[in-house]
Amino acid sequence: MIYAVLQRLGQMVFVMVGISLLVFLIFFGTPGVDPAARIAGRNASPEVLEAVRISFGFDQPFYIQYLTMMKKIFITGDLTSFVNRGWEVVPAVLDTIPVTLSLVLGAAVLWIIFSLIIGVLAAAYRDTWIDKILMILGLIGISMPVYWLGEVMNLVTQSRYHDTWLFSWVPPLGYKPLSEDPKGWFLTLVIPWFTLSILYIGLYGRVLRASITEALQEDYIRTARAKGLSETRILLRHALRTSLISFVTLFGLDFGALVGGSALLTEVVFGLQGVGKLTFDALQNLDLPIIMTTVLYASFFVVVANAIVDVVYILLDPRVRTA
Amino acid sequence: MILQVRDLKVSFRTEQGLVQAIDGVTFDVREGEVLGIAGESGSGKTVTLLAVMGLITDPNAIITGSIQYRGRELVGMPAREMRDLRGREIAMIFQDPMTALTPVYTIGWQIVEQIRAHQTISRRAAWDKAVALLAEVNIPKPEEAAHRYPHQLSGGMRQRAVIAMALSCNPALLVADEPTTALDVTVQAQILDLLRKLQKTHGSAIVFITHDLGVMAELADRIMVMYAGRIVERSTRAAILAGPRHPYTRALLDSIPPLDGPRPHRLRTISGAPPSLLHLPAGCSFGPRCPQRVEACGAKPALTGTDHATACFLAATP
Repeated sequence: MIYAVLQRLGQMVFVMVGISLLVFLIFFGTPGVDPAARIAGRNASPEVLEAVRISFGFDQPFYIQYLTMMKKIFITGDLTSFVNRGWEVVPAVLDTIPVTLSLVLGAAVLWIIFSLIIGVLAAAYRDTWIDKILMILGLIGISMPVYWLGEVMNLVTQSRYHDTWLFSWVPPLGYKPLSEDPKGWFLTLVIPWFTLSILYIGLYGRVLRASITEALQEDYIRTARAKGLSETRILLRHALRTSLISFVTLFGLDFGALVGGSALLTEVVFGLQGVGKLTFDALQNLDLPIIMTTVLYASFFVVVANAIVDVVYILLDPRVRTA
Repeated sequence: MILQVRDLKVSFRTEQGLVQAIDGVTFDVREGEVLGIAGESGSGKTVTLLAVMGLITDPNAIITGSIQYRGRELVGMPAREMRDLRGREIAMIFQDPMTALTPVYTIGWQIVEQIRAHQTISRRAAWDKAVALLAEVNIPKPEEAAHRYPHQLSGGMRQRAVIAMALSCNPALLVADEPTTALDVTVQAQILDLLRKLQKTHGSAIVFITHDLGVMAELADRIMVMYAGRIVERSTRAAILAGPRHPYTRALLDSIPPLDGPRPHRLRTISGAPPSLLHLPAGCSFGPRCPQRVEACGAKPALTGTDHATACFLAATP
């Protein structure tokens, strides 16, 4: 089992190197385009272009360019943005990570708890009105676009009903670091957490209901009934337990993507300076060093999340261990 | 009598209409007896067993009649009481050991789960008991096997584990749905030996289904033959095998290839196919396929006779 885990971690490193090469090729190896001009930004002066060319080693062989880039990002951390004159890229990205992580982790906790409750309840009462109501609510949750929901939330909690007893606790938009102001951190994030998680609660609740219902058709459920176990135990220890495998797979993909910047819309709506927002701004003024770094960062998280999922997978499903 | 089934009828509402899976089945099982039920697919064997176990969960099923276990009525018994009986007094062995065990728990865990569902006993003691049971069903290295997951065991070993689990609470009645069908022939013989041995040591009554008359001859004290949801013949093993009275039973026995003598050019078969349970023929269900059909067969024959009961007009008037 330990061997399987180590093997998976080894693969992860391999995939990471592959992604970094691919990203580098797309940005710097595309034929017919001068990467120096792209990094320097629009309307750059010849002096700046020359400085870029030397600093990124564009006069040297391709593999040196790649290594220089990796060194700038991972070792010296002195990659600078030329569009935003002299802005250090790596610290800028590092600053946004806690914001995005706070947002996504909190939302993930919410969506796991609520989707488990909804999925299990709907499966337990399948084909009754409880099931139908929960599934319709789930569908509504999935259908609401997050930017719209976020704006509605803001409208309600920030302006229209802010001065009522219900929402007077909601602080103004923005992010407060956990280490400096834990209470403020929590309060500013509560509304974004719910906004971001509603889509996933609906989605995961429905997926879980479907996979539990499917598991309940299995032969081993009949065996469990023949053993004289209670319906609750059959549902939780047998049907839910085997359904968790697909649940975890889905979770890893979504979580990785969100931490990697997919929470962009929520971040923009709630004025949170996260990774998504940073990438979004960088894309608007074609700030290549930042895009390069955030894309690498995002792929890193997707790969790490998937590796964690695979490890959890090994814990959850004994059949994977020997394979 | 450990089990008395009287006029049991099970039907399922479907979009095409009412499917009569069992149509008035009556039989007894004595304490410590082995009753074998034979019949083709769709003859209602499995549904009969599931009805006894109270495991027909389909909301579209309609169950009428009476199933009495040691004098307690099982039809319409509250779910809680039935659950208490299931696994403790009446246990079941399933056809396919590949899918009958939950894939994510060890064999030992699953046996312990059943023991602790019915007895107040410490985890440790239940585990020891599970290991002892695995040893009893001849699983080599039972301590190790208890720690194994179902996919790590062979089919025969898994079926032994399922049997060990079924026996874990020392049930008075063991119900088995084709316990050897999914196994290799050599493993089948071992499992049959095991069942016979366990039946002797535990003294449980066994009701089992098979469409393999060889298995039937090995194991059963009494045999019941079903066709299209009804019992067509019921007697002791010797009487059925030596002198079948119903044309269907006779045809079934004739379709077994002889072990000695020249091999027939073609195996004997029963012409036609079993009727659809949606549109049963009027009168005797076997009528359309019966080589000895007479005029009286247009009416439904009742199961008559005590020791050797037959549902056939020809057998009733010898």
